[in-house]
Amino acid sequence: MSLNFVLIEAWNGLRRNVSMVVSVVLVTLVSLTFVGSAVLLQLQVQSMKSFWYDKAQVAVYLCTEYSALGQCDQAEASAEQIAAVEAQLNSATLTPYIDKFYFETHDDAYANFVEQFKGSGVVDLVTPDLLPQTFWVNLKDPTQSAIIFEAVGGMSGVESVVDQRSYLEGIFSMLNAASLTAVGIAALMLVAAALLIATTIRLSAFSRRRELAIMRLVGASNWFIQTPFILEGVVAATVGSLLACGAIAGIVVFFVGGFLQSSLPTTSFIQLSDSLIVFPVLLGLGALLAATSAYVAISRYLRV
Amino acid sequence: MIRFDGVSKQYRSGNRPALHDATLQVKPGEFVFLVGASGSGKSSFLRLILREERASSGQIHVLGQDLGRLSNRKVPHYRRNLGVVFQDFRLLPTKTVFDNVAFALRVLGKSEAFIHDAVPEVLGLVGLGNKENRLPHELSGGEQQRVAIARAVVNKPAILLADEPTGNLDPTTSNGIMDVLRNINAAGTTVLMATHDTAIVNRMQKRVVELSEGRIIRDEASGSYVTTAHDIIVLDESTLQRADSQPIALEPLDFDPIPAFDPMSPTSEALDLSYLDRMRDEDPL
Repeated sequence: MSLNFVLIEAWNGLRRNVSMVVSVVLVTLVSLTFVGSAVLLQLQVQSMKSFWYDKAQVAVYLCTEYSALGQCDQAEASAEQIAAVEAQLNSATLTPYIDKFYFETHDDAYANFVEQFKGSGVVDLVTPDLLPQTFWVNLKDPTQSAIIFEAVGGMSGVESVVDQRSYLEGIFSMLNAASLTAVGIAALMLVAAALLIATTIRLSAFSRRRELAIMRLVGASNWFIQTPFILEGVVAATVGSLLACGAIAGIVVFFVGGFLQSSLPTTSFIQLSDSLIVFPVLLGLGALLAATSAYVAISRYLRV
Repeated sequence: MIRFDGVSKQYRSGNRPALHDATLQVKPGEFVFLVGASGSGKSSFLRLILREERASSGQIHVLGQDLGRLSNRKVPHYRRNLGVVFQDFRLLPTKTVFDNVAFALRVLGKSEAFIHDAVPEVLGLVGLGNKENRLPHELSGGEQQRVAIARAVVNKPAILLADEPTGNLDPTTSNGIMDVLRNINAAGTTVLMATHDTAIVNRMQKRVVELSEGRIIRDEASGSYVTTAHDIIVLDESTLQRADSQPIALEPLDFDPIPAFDPMSPTSEALDLSYLDRMRDEDPL
């Protein structure tokens, strides 16, 4: 088959339908940018999860003389109570789950606090005896913190047991909601893009209806008739996908790498190299979407 | 070559069949006129051969193929054996005469070298050897129809179908077109031509198959065609326009001259794509 003829036909179709092709490009660009953003958000959530969850510990806060919570009665946890908690953590029932744990004294806690809030006025208000003594527990499986709650939560001298992951859950659920929103918008936009591509192809077929009628009469194969239209849709959508890839790269480099990184320097953000995986997904999705909707559109037009 | 065995065609919207129990055989090299009033089933006949439609019942064999069993996928390949000419020419207005004819070969993937041999040859055959680079609107109606014929036969089809090819032409020009068709037929191509034109049918003295209300009512080896005033006034505007320039042969009839007129029946409009032409060539945006 004469490939040249097919390519020329596809090019003519694109040229004759410039305004529709531009709209296909734009809709593909926007919808795939949303798809890409959703993927990026998920990547960010995953990287933050793996970064933080491994570091997340279960804190067993012991009573201070100012605390009335839990098993405390405004009395400092006694040495016996501390020893009982430590014995419990060392017991045969808990050791299979615990990677390691260590004890943090008032002074250690104060030193960490000062380190963490260096330069902040709050440092001056805090004294070591305000900060509870703490057993920091690293679990083998961070999701099994409930075991520690059950084992030591009710012991006397224990103020509270806190899984640090619960602080993270809030952030992650917010990021997840954002990425679900992006996916939802992307889905709507992709439907719009598919319909727009189908309409464009139908218009393109309409403007070439004479050629099509003659092609069918002289017995041009369906492949030969359809391919220029499918190519036309794929080319337009691919231009949109490439622009979407550019937009995603721009977001990662300038917004995430520039703005977010400088305003939240301690957080690890995704890099351009992490987001490279998004590009083939976008290009593939764009091409597949265009080829499918163009094929459906032109097949309806060409029923024998 | 072409064989119809008890073929009926019922359109979904029609209340009577467009073709009813038609049995017919056309041998290789024959020239056959299909005559009859509008709505008599001529165009349905051609559409069935083209496999634009499937028969509702009965069997159609063309070139050894059972059209009822021909899958949609194989239809394009089958159609390469057929050439088709229409009343409204259906040329591509933006392409030259050469490119219009070459288009039929290009979409079949023929090489440019072959095209540059075949197209001038066929243009010579239809008498347009010196007009390769004209655009269709620069040609007369008769010349445009010659281009359409050239396009139909450039691929050397075994069968040429012509649906009222002289319907838009004056008698002199029509005779020129008929000479071209006769030459093509003489070269071995089977020609099947649907027409209203009594003068042409009577002059050519070829086989005549007459249809009325979807039935074959006459099949003569070397026949003539007689229309009635009823046909001209009620059924056929194009003949009416030519009525003054053309004496109408009046001979005794051996069949019912006044077929019931049925406005709902499928007519040649079934094949007609002229509604597309009304929306001119401009970009729809």
